Amino acid sequence: MLKQEIRKKLMEVVGPSWFLDKPHELVAYSYDATPMYQKMPDAVVLPETTEQVSKVMKIAAEYQIKVIPRGAATNLSGGTVPVEGGLVIGLNRMNKLLEIDQENLTATVQPGFVTADLHQAVEKLGLFYPPDPGSMKTSTLGGNIAEGAGGLRGLKYGVTKDYVIALEAVLPNGEIIHTGGKLAKDVAGYDLTKLLIGSEGTLAIITEATLKLLPLPETKKAVVAMFKSMTDAAKAVSKIIANRRIPVTLEFMDQGTIRVVEDYAKIGLPVEAVAILLMEQDGTPEQVNKDISIMAQTCKDEHAFEVKIAKDEAEGEQLMLARRTALTALARLKPTTILEDATVPRSEIANLVDHINKTAKKNNIQICTFGHAGDGNLHPTCLTDSRDKDEMERVEKAFDEIYEKTIELGGTITGEHGVGIAKAGYLEWKIGKEGIMLMKGIKKAFDPENLLNPGKLFTETTRPRRVIQK
Amino acid sequence: MTNHPTISLGISEDDLLNCTQCGTCLPVCPTYKIQPNETANPRGRLALMKATQDGILQMSDIASSLDMCLGCRACEVACPSGVNYGHILEQAKEAISSNTNYSMPVKIIRKVFMDTLLPHPKRMKWVKGGLRIYQKSGLQKIVRKSGILKVMPWHMDTFESVLPDVGPMFLHLPSNVTPELKEHSKEKPLIAFFTGCIQDAMFHETNRNTMKLLKASGYPVVVPDGQTCCGAIHAHAGEMDKAKKLAKKNIEMLERVKADYLVNNQGGCGAMMKEYDKLLEHDPQWAERAKEFVKKVKDINEILALVDELPDFKPIHEVITYQDSCHLLNVQGVKVQPRQLIHSIPGVQFEEMVSAGTCCGSAGTYNITHHEHSMEILDAKMLDVQATNATTVVTANPGCLLQMRIGIKRAGLEGKVRAVHIVDLLAEALKEDVKIN
Repeated sequence: MLKQEIRKKLMEVVGPSWFLDKPHELVAYSYDATPMYQKMPDAVVLPETTEQVSKVMKIAAEYQIKVIPRGAATNLSGGTVPVEGGLVIGLNRMNKLLEIDQENLTATVQPGFVTADLHQAVEKLGLFYPPDPGSMKTSTLGGNIAEGAGGLRGLKYGVTKDYVIALEAVLPNGEIIHTGGKLAKDVAGYDLTKLLIGSEGTLAIITEATLKLLPLPETKKAVVAMFKSMTDAAKAVSKIIANRRIPVTLEFMDQGTIRVVEDYAKIGLPVEAVAILLMEQDGTPEQVNKDISIMAQTCKDEHAFEVKIAKDEAEGEQLMLARRTALTALARLKPTTILEDATVPRSEIANLVDHINKTAKKNNIQICTFGHAGDGNLHPTCLTDSRDKDEMERVEKAFDEIYEKTIELGGTITGEHGVGIAKAGYLEWKIGKEGIMLMKGIKKAFDPENLLNPGKLFTETTRPRRVIQK
Repeated sequence: MTNHPTISLGISEDDLLNCTQCGTCLPVCPTYKIQPNETANPRGRLALMKATQDGILQMSDIASSLDMCLGCRACEVACPSGVNYGHILEQAKEAISSNTNYSMPVKIIRKVFMDTLLPHPKRMKWVKGGLRIYQKSGLQKIVRKSGILKVMPWHMDTFESVLPDVGPMFLHLPSNVTPELKEHSKEKPLIAFFTGCIQDAMFHETNRNTMKLLKASGYPVVVPDGQTCCGAIHAHAGEMDKAKKLAKKNIEMLERVKADYLVNNQGGCGAMMKEYDKLLEHDPQWAERAKEFVKKVKDINEILALVDELPDFKPIHEVITYQDSCHLLNVQGVKVQPRQLIHSIPGVQFEEMVSAGTCCGSAGTYNITHHEHSMEILDAKMLDVQATNATTVVTANPGCLLQMRIGIKRAGLEGKVRAVHIVDLLAEALKEDVKIN
């Protein structure tokens, strides 16, 4: 428990009902959506304004209390688990949509505003905020920005980092900074906006964000293609892009996933398929129809044994259901579901999937893979049981091998989930000792006393590599 | 964290581990909407139950968080991992209630309601009789003028003001399978009608209207003796043994009467009865019988939606919206049928409400036990009602109906908007009145 003096000061700032430190309240802030990480904070505050966040941070700095900023805690890297205890700042009460600027095509939000609610609000006005992470109905925009969240539409429209143009944030000393603006061009010094995106709450606490909007595409259409070989499916993906078609989504499921999904949802997926591609295109009706028919033809040329084009948006939704059901179905099979996000250049997808399957077999564990084929972001998902110590060791070993291969193929250890604690041991594999030194230097410039989200990104114990990189 | 010995909640570890903490349940949780605090959402509540099971927390630590839950079970529908939240919550509440020494007034109320009144249809009739005397004798007027209700506990003034006008006391519905009915049931499934304890005491007219609709739709109907309270209030309060006793009585009742369906008009009771199989799954003598029973339980909306040809309806020229009953929607999965039925009345302009599927805050006795939270949820709901411009709000459960009436009063919409049970709306639209006994 924090000292009485500190508790009193924090209560004065946020009000007694928004200061939490009863045992059950601490348990409720001890986890996020990452399996197997849990640690209790010493207290939780739920501030309502930037000023309150700043005051809380100043108190924390004065008493050297660690601070963990938290949105909806849907991240998959342990990013909001208070591994060293400390004070959780929940930003869920700062949940207002402050402005939609139809002249500059921007939206300004508080960090606790929910992603899907922004979609709804702007789409009513014929505008579009493309980033759509899987947890968008729950996740907050502050969390999306701090984690550098991705989504299904990344291939054509980019990800969260491509839409944040201005931020307000509270520094570890409690000062408030403003970065960027409603500007398409801005080269005034270092790009602090981009630096804070994906910084995982280790540099500053985001208290307001201005996001870029696009005009809402007129229509969209879906097409599904089934393949008997992974290589054919991967070739189709490369050919579609080489044909100068950029679909809005280009999703992929492997045979393991297909079978589990079909078993659970009974939506008529062919279980003999080794890979399924689910594609969507948006835009004007003419462009969409043209692109979809080229994409369908390309899949046929690459030996898809079945290609289905949706008649309308409703049927498209139905077809995409398979992909959206994937995690649901997988999560029901075993008590523990470990969702990873190895990412490679899209030309290497077939190689990586092949390696994942071989590795799973070798280590006698079950891994199903689905993901964003268009941008090379795969989600090898391990179905296991955290209580089985022996199996968990094999799972770890398998993922070491998978990440080794990912990097060898020019990929990265995480495409959209973040490093947090779950990937901290792998960060050096990706960026090297020099990269770590530089990042630590940046951390020190912002947070010399290491108060913000300690224990994330960096670790004393980098995982030993099993194979030396060429 | 204390080092006192903790008592396990008795929930299976697998059930608790099913929750992957993904947070998909957060946006559908009504209590999280009014209190953006992790202890006020299903993910948090499951984590608390797990921590108690693991001995990190004590039952007394988590009781307030669990009590705040409405039990609407919208989270179960949203959950990608299929967590049986309702079942887990009931188990936890059972463990907590059996280890809690309630204060004397609470003890008395629990005893009077759950033991003395609800399971006894005859006693419930006397409650109704008393209410009728209160309403008709002029006593109600005197009491209202006296201001005494304002100082009564449990917000009695709120509830008193929306009590339905209860009907005359001795109105009997046919209770035996007559030879006529038997003959009739050769062509059409025989329906046993489940009156519900509170429903029959307070909304007797709705029960009569249900029978009328069933009859007008060509079904042979019987109201068997020996039926009792469904046990939902007991189960939600953690009194599982009492709930099981009541379940067994109802199963025996349906076995005796040999009807094809057991039809009810209360989303909450129907949901409870449809889960008798889960309730009795570990009782070898009853598990199979409960399964058979469950197959026959139908909500009135489900039965009417099965009818080839509904009775003729005269037009009702109104804007109408529908508030789902949580347990009808989330547990029984009945969503389209009531909407279709409302649509089948000519002249109706149906407007879907934004939050139709979200709990209104009634939630059994929640609006008594957590009055302020309940009213906060309700006031938000009323804004959505007003946005539809509806003059009639239709519900399918007595608790929701009373709550909507309280909401209409609080929003100052009395005289402009009414709340009715779907059965009463359909009966109002019947072209020809139907005689039942």
